[in-house]
Amino acid sequence: MNNGSQVFISLEDLQRNFDEVKSGLSPADARDESNRCLYCYDAPCIQACPTGINIPSFIKKIASGNLKGSARTIMESNPVGASCARVCPTEELCEGACVLNHSTKPIMIGDLQRFATDWAIKNEQSLFERGQKNGLKVAVVGGGPAGLSAARELARFGYEVTIFEAKERAGGLNTYGIVSFRLPERISLWEVKQVEELGVEIKTSTMVGRDIEPAEILEAYDAVILAIGMSKVPLLKIEGEELEGVHDAIRFVEETKTKELTHQYVGKRVAVIGAGNTAIDAATCSVRLGAENVKILYRRTMEEMTAYDFEYEFAKQDNVEFRWLTAPVRIVGDENGVVKQLECIRMELGEPGPDGRRRPVPVEGSEFLLEVDAVIKAIGQTRHTALVEAFGLQHQWGVVKVDLETYQTSNEKIFAAGDVIFGDGQGEAMVVTAAQQGKTAAYAVHQKLRNSIIETA
Amino acid sequence: MADLRINLAGIESPNPFWLASAPPTNSGYQVQRAFEAGWGGAVWKTLGEPIINTTARFAAVSFNGKKVAGFNNIELITDRPLEVNLKEIYETKKRFPNHAIIASLMVEPEREKWHEIVKRVEDVGVDGLELNFGCPHGMAERGMGAASGQQPDLVEAQTMWAKEAARTPVIVKLTPNITDITVTARAAVQGGADAISMINTINSLAGVDIDTWNTIPHVAGKGAHGGYCGPAVKPIALNMVAECARNPLINVPISGIGGISTWKDAVEFMLMGAGGVQVCTAAMHHGFSIVEDMIDGLNNYLDEKGIASVHDLIGKSVERYSDWGNLDLNYRIVARINQDVCINCNKCHIACEDTSHQCIDMLTDPDGTRYLQVREDDCVGCNLCSIVCPEDGAIDMVELTHEQPPMTWNERQTVLAGFKGN
Repeated sequence: MNNGSQVFISLEDLQRNFDEVKSGLSPADARDESNRCLYCYDAPCIQACPTGINIPSFIKKIASGNLKGSARTIMESNPVGASCARVCPTEELCEGACVLNHSTKPIMIGDLQRFATDWAIKNEQSLFERGQKNGLKVAVVGGGPAGLSAARELARFGYEVTIFEAKERAGGLNTYGIVSFRLPERISLWEVKQVEELGVEIKTSTMVGRDIEPAEILEAYDAVILAIGMSKVPLLKIEGEELEGVHDAIRFVEETKTKELTHQYVGKRVAVIGAGNTAIDAATCSVRLGAENVKILYRRTMEEMTAYDFEYEFAKQDNVEFRWLTAPVRIVGDENGVVKQLECIRMELGEPGPDGRRRPVPVEGSEFLLEVDAVIKAIGQTRHTALVEAFGLQHQWGVVKVDLETYQTSNEKIFAAGDVIFGDGQGEAMVVTAAQQGKTAAYAVHQKLRNSIIETA
Repeated sequence: MADLRINLAGIESPNPFWLASAPPTNSGYQVQRAFEAGWGGAVWKTLGEPIINTTARFAAVSFNGKKVAGFNNIELITDRPLEVNLKEIYETKKRFPNHAIIASLMVEPEREKWHEIVKRVEDVGVDGLELNFGCPHGMAERGMGAASGQQPDLVEAQTMWAKEAARTPVIVKLTPNITDITVTARAAVQGGADAISMINTINSLAGVDIDTWNTIPHVAGKGAHGGYCGPAVKPIALNMVAECARNPLINVPISGIGGISTWKDAVEFMLMGAGGVQVCTAAMHHGFSIVEDMIDGLNNYLDEKGIASVHDLIGKSVERYSDWGNLDLNYRIVARINQDVCINCNKCHIACEDTSHQCIDMLTDPDGTRYLQVREDDCVGCNLCSIVCPEDGAIDMVELTHEQPPMTWNERQTVLAGFKGN
């Protein structure tokens, strides 16, 4: 490993390790890059953006010095466009579609998007106005990207919108779940503020099902948008899972964003189970907390890994080791009930399963022990199935069934968007997709309620 | 949200952005698409006796890899029958009653011909007329366009003939292919013009192909001069607008034309006296949708400046434009290099050393670091170093306090004359 390319990790000042890794474009860079954009007609980058941002337009506005207009063009289509500028897999979306891939190199659309939205954040711009009140009320359950997006659009139509958010702050995954060195909290919280400024009430620390019943919400509002995302990481269902030092990756990342950074991992060995987006985040967080060795264990191969290429590269630069075809079978603790070792088994790929991916099969007798101080589980997320059922909605393993055009659920008054409808062959798990679904659900609510207003009139 | 509406000599439009008379305004289909995209007005491609065009009509000049820094064309006026254009103008105006449609006109310099065409186009409901005295190629060889626009007496006479028949405002579009545009502008005013517009295109040859030795463009191996426009001509146009705006004898509104590509360009023209602007090359390069940023950017600019109406911009910089003899000779600025920003390309040094006043030293400090420093006493404040500097903020031109009271050349001459008189 070439030490020169590795990230510098301070073992004393951990906070420094959690500062945003990538710096923004300088004004000169932004000028040069924006002037390189061809301003294509019917541009493929727009088609490739799930929220349909008019990318040539926002870039032209950077070039012309109309930064407010640029930020508005971005946020108009994507209410969490500042976050997406940082976390979108742009090479698979807009930048991957840029026509300049065929001649020189694609425009740095994500970086330009960040430049414009950073300007709006720095200059404390309010980009939108609430619509004239229409007397109707909509409840949005969950204040993550999908919920915020829906709430903003509804507020612009003139609805009185209340967001019920279980956590202390809104923003969902963008605030709590994505590592701060990729997405600082203040970016997500600015997006929350933009929505609040339209008169949307955000009831934080209010868990539906605990602090307020679904029935009360259904009674008090004209429509409901369910945007509750997903829950914690499921159990590995192996021995030793209850030991001290075994963590849920989502909670692990969240603590780096909400609590003072702990020094307890300095010099330690960490094993992360799983190779998705959250696994990468947990692994790179561990590195930045000072861990001496961080391994990602995945039962399949790099081919099946769900983390994006850029995330994989990022983790490698953080010196994270990847152990493919490796599955945990047992966590071993010491006499104090603290993790000491992780027993693993080697896997090989067998016949394809129902999803078309080749299934990993254990290689008999290949068990081995890894010396570890912590095990972080990042093998997916469970569902808020109980809450879905409390709303009386049809679902498949917690994935709410919706009409894919309108995101209407089995209850005609309830629409759903975001991760709560992701899975089971339905949709994508990206932040940008959630934002678009929030918009679509809001338009469907507006369509339905507007029609009902016309009918009663 | 600022008020972007303008009223140019009685022609109202929802914003100051008009398409100039040119290929983009050739047909009803195009003008309607433009209005849908947000353009406030359109000057219909010049009507007259239909002509025959060549193929290979356009050429452009790239500058260091940037396309369309300048644009050259040899296309003539409309090649479609007058009746067809009139029908489409009527239909377009009916669909977009609040947008400005101005008919550009060009006929032979005969009184009856002007009377006839003015009546015919006004009958279909145009909001105004623009007399094309500027087209520099082709039509000029037939005694029209720039050929008549270069003769003040013909400008005055034809304006008068058009005005005799016109019920709508008459704008006279001037050619820049002339020594002093204020002369023809004054002739237009004397002829009764309600407004003037400038500039039409500048005589040009886009290039020569160094392999085939053909002109660019060429028509079957032969070329003829065209008309030059696009970003490269903006400073020329801006000066001509400003010269007319500050001339007390030219007291009619000005429609600014020439290289306007962005809202910033429009602001500059309006500050220099334009009551509205016309655009062509930028639309030809990027499509009609560019007007969205023009409108949005202008609106945000006005909001940020706390200006309620775009009308309040018009002419605000005109009084700051004058003759050289009225500039303060005792005003002093000098260059100052910010060492923490400078990237040490030494371009300022060599520009000053070879081509200006030899006052930027290349020095080395005791620890071996090289740096550039201006000898302020020798600096004449020419701006050249800051112009060639590639790094934003590396060179500031700093204003020094006056050592002597302000004095212009004209004031100095007056004082000297006084001494001689004694």
